[in-house]
Amino acid sequence: MSRYLEKTVAVTGVGMSEINRNTSVYPFLLAVDACRKAIADAGLKPEDIDGATCWPASLDGVGEGFHAAAISDIHATLGLKLNWYSSGEGAGQFGGINNAIAAVAAGYANHVLCWRALGQRYPDPTGGPAEPERLIGWRSWSAPYWAPSAVTWVSLHASVHMNRYGITREQMSAIPITLRRNAGLNPAAIYKDPLSFDQYMEARMISWPHCLYDCDVPCNGATAVIISRLDAAKDMPHKPVRFEAVGSAAYDRMDTWWARNDFPHMIMHDAAAGMWKRTDLKPKDVGSAHLYDGFTYLTMLWLEALGFCKEGEVGAFIEGGQRISIDGELPVNTNGGQLSEGRLHAFGHLHEAVVQLRGDAGARQVKDLKVSVAGVGGGGFGGALMLTNQT
Amino acid sequence: MSLAPQPGRQLPLLNEMNRYFWISGATGRLQVLRCGDCGTWIHPYAGLCPKCRSGKLAPEAVSGRGTVVGYTVNQHPWQPDVPVPYVVALVELEEQSNIRLLTNLPGCPIDAVHIGMAVEVCFEDHGDVYVPQFQPRSAA
Repeated sequence: MSRYLEKTVAVTGVGMSEINRNTSVYPFLLAVDACRKAIADAGLKPEDIDGATCWPASLDGVGEGFHAAAISDIHATLGLKLNWYSSGEGAGQFGGINNAIAAVAAGYANHVLCWRALGQRYPDPTGGPAEPERLIGWRSWSAPYWAPSAVTWVSLHASVHMNRYGITREQMSAIPITLRRNAGLNPAAIYKDPLSFDQYMEARMISWPHCLYDCDVPCNGATAVIISRLDAAKDMPHKPVRFEAVGSAAYDRMDTWWARNDFPHMIMHDAAAGMWKRTDLKPKDVGSAHLYDGFTYLTMLWLEALGFCKEGEVGAFIEGGQRISIDGELPVNTNGGQLSEGRLHAFGHLHEAVVQLRGDAGARQVKDLKVSVAGVGGGGFGGALMLTNQT
Repeated sequence: MSLAPQPGRQLPLLNEMNRYFWISGATGRLQVLRCGDCGTWIHPYAGLCPKCRSGKLAPEAVSGRGTVVGYTVNQHPWQPDVPVPYVVALVELEEQSNIRLLTNLPGCPIDAVHIGMAVEVCFEDHGDVYVPQFQPRSAA
């Protein structure tokens, strides 16, 4: 295996703000808090940060809503001096992370501050941007059919897959129920009370097969990580967690959710395949998985796409939840995921993978953990990362 | 056949990449982009044929027949003017399996919807935009 350059890059700091559903703190300041915590966690000062990235690209001077912290505003707030910065599209919500890894490997920057900041539960005094009269882009293909939400798009995929392979909602329930149990061990999670099978089966349906508990939790909050050269990481406070492989592939149409030749596969099948090409490790070497759970079916499809089970077998794989529990053979979303901790658009998953690989996860620590995978996104938008504490 | 416009249809802004599709209902025939060299159907728009890279692409009428390959019953009221529950289904056209279009299966009772159902196109007339919809083939 050639020495792909992501293997020379590490996560050296992590920080997370309070995550909540109702705040008097302006969401931008939650982002500042997460960034300062990540910098301090890496044993650095703001003047050491010479790179910055976030997802997605955002407007200067907007500190709430879907993106609550633009690079320019964090730059101004922390007084950064940047040699490199980037925001915008890429392999799912990890696009910025992938760019940061590449920038560090290329020597554009030594320590890149990366964040995701959300203020989706902060009251917008304007009532939000006005709906345009006519739509462009992907939404122009879905909204005419009363399908404005990703839950509908994911549900269409799920219906094809579940019908083809006989997967049931009873099997599916293992993901939200297991994740909620994990969240009970995570003080930062929004929802910590156990979720019972009956509660799940009786819950309000949103778009079949996804009920309320299959949909992630909009929140206010921010997560930040510091990405550095592995050789620099060796002198920093925490045991380095380095990247083993980046998965950023797109091998089929990505502009709609259903134009792929291999439908109902999604881009995670490409991202996973791309990631495995860059490592000698195999699915059996992975000790924890941190998989996108905007909606339950996405987590199920990630398990298949990454090869933890065969296509069509995810129902049996997750059934009862034992296999994906913290003491199971493949712990999944040990922090409670977006379904219980809150929707930080996969940066929560990355944060948790690093905390677990450091051995700092306390009551929810996975034993003898060496390798973790994080997968983000679905439809035509996604990416994967493999991380390890073996350096 | 033409359907009365339903409330809550957020319509597309028309441009060179999508106009041929959304206005094709005016002729009563659904049109999809097709490669004049190798015959591949392409949807949505692409600048060259993804199979043979030919630039000889033009919209062409399809049969309008297809099969429901997946569906969901939506219960959440995303739009206050659209009553729930309603169906959102995905149809594969008989011309080519990766040409997949959304529909609400108007006029089809929710209980009657099933994967594998044979359907045929019809259009909802919104003036400059004709929203393609599908109905069970026996009823069309």
